[in-house]
Amino acid sequence: MTLLVPQSGAIPHPHPTALSQPFWNGLSRGELLFQRCDVCAGATHTPALVCAHCGARQLQWAPSTGRGSVYSWTIVWRPQTPAFTVPYVPIIVDLEEGWQMLSNLVGCAHDAVHVGQAVEVEFHPLTADITLPYFRPR
Amino acid sequence: MKDHPFHDVAIAGIHNTRQARVLEGHNGSSIAMEAALGAIADAGLTPRDIDGVIGGGGATDFVYQHRIGPVWRSMSGAGIPAVLEAASAIAAGFARTVLIAAGSAGTYTERAATAPWTRPANEFVVGFGMFTAAEFALIARRHMEVYGTTAESLATVAATIRNNGHVNPEAIYFGRGPFTPQDILDSRMIADPFHLLDCSMTSEGGCALVLTRADIARDLAQPPVYVLGGSTDHYGPAYQNPPSFDLDGRGDPRLVNGWVGRAAARTAFSMCGLRPSDVDVCEFYDPFSFEIIRQFEAFGFCGEGEGGAFVLDGTIEVGGRYPVTTDGGLMSFSHAGAQAQMLQRPIRGAQQMRGECPTRQVEGAAVALCSGGGAGALFTDVLLLGKERP
Ligand SMILES: [Zn+2]
Repeated sequence: MTLLVPQSGAIPHPHPTALSQPFWNGLSRGELLFQRCDVCAGATHTPALVCAHCGARQLQWAPSTGRGSVYSWTIVWRPQTPAFTVPYVPIIVDLEEGWQMLSNLVGCAHDAVHVGQAVEVEFHPLTADITLPYFRPR
Repeated sequence: MKDHPFHDVAIAGIHNTRQARVLEGHNGSSIAMEAALGAIADAGLTPRDIDGVIGGGGATDFVYQHRIGPVWRSMSGAGIPAVLEAASAIAAGFARTVLIAAGSAGTYTERAATAPWTRPANEFVVGFGMFTAAEFALIARRHMEVYGTTAESLATVAATIRNNGHVNPEAIYFGRGPFTPQDILDSRMIADPFHLLDCSMTSEGGCALVLTRADIARDLAQPPVYVLGGSTDHYGPAYQNPPSFDLDGRGDPRLVNGWVGRAAARTAFSMCGLRPSDVDVCEFYDPFSFEIIRQFEAFGFCGEGEGGAFVLDGTIEVGGRYPVTTDGGLMSFSHAGAQAQMLQRPIRGAQQMRGECPTRQVEGAAVALCSGGGAGALFTDVLLLGKERP
């Protein structure tokens, strides 16, 4: 059994784009943002120019509750690069507002992960500009 | 079928170079050249007979070095889309004889990490340690959760394909078996549910095909192989967005990303009036064991969620009803780079149609379904090859 913790090594960093910068700015403030459609109220992620549900261009950044459940998971034992400590647990999270994102699970035993597990976001600064959103059981 | 779009097109030449974990002294261009020359010689043609090419540097180097310009050239990559595009170009009259060539060597040197083409740099995945195996694992796990698909079913697929490679002298892992499903389950875990032996290898090599007009192919060195149908399904860029089984497919639950390839298979079958039960050989793309189970469901060989049971009773072995990936595939034959390996299923499908496979030839095979891609990468390509002219 291994207690899952955020990566502490020199892992590769995300490079935001003009489109995604508000998402990363939100994380640095401790907010998990998604895009809400003014027309159909649908949620969109990853950051996009048009609504994933109706195609409207009227998208506004909105804060998520950061609560959700595990939709799918894997436990990685052969790291992508040696900078990653194993095991780590990539998950797809179903957020309460009806969108999905990729993350890693922390704060529990690696083998406690399961589909439907209730989770909430947890923020870990990687650099001054980049904070990664992990998820822990709630 | 006189009105079939590929009635007047045939695959005339095919070639795999020697495949190896590392091919000393080669780079992508040089091994693609070997592949191209091999396929042209196989057809009984010369480089001057080529008036169209598809592929990256290898193909354009071929045009220049042989001074065969002007030729028609497509910017598309390799794999099944290239075969379909070559057939279309010939049918449309852009070219008579099209070479598809790709090669990979000397690119995977940093062995402590996973292969460079499996490591996405995208901002939404890079910090979470994602690579190809983890992407496909998220698809497989969801299917296991929803349908109860078991690790034993995955292992049975891997053992079957690896055993096809075990007896194939041209496979990189020739003689490494035989494997039982338990051997697969006993190998170390890479990305749960995938053990090491559920995963494809990485390697180097070149692959090439030559397509030409059917009336030309009739007088060449090999029995012509025909393109009965095909298409491709895409859901967006690979390895950037969550690889969700339920990624929306135009609001149709039967067309979510987990069934990627279903629409392409429907198109392929409808082009020639065939159905899954008409297929004799399933040359399915095998990046990970689960992907074979998923494809049997997506392509309509069995119902949704039935793939795990479908693969258990010998059905997918040579001698069974739907033999799968008969040369050992990406797991045991070779998995060269990002492009060359995408041509392996069409090449093996053509070998099966010619009846020339030295090992695991399916007796009397007349229809082969070849595929490429997978749900973890948000795309799947489908190609139906046949012995008889459509
Ligand atoms: Zn909308």
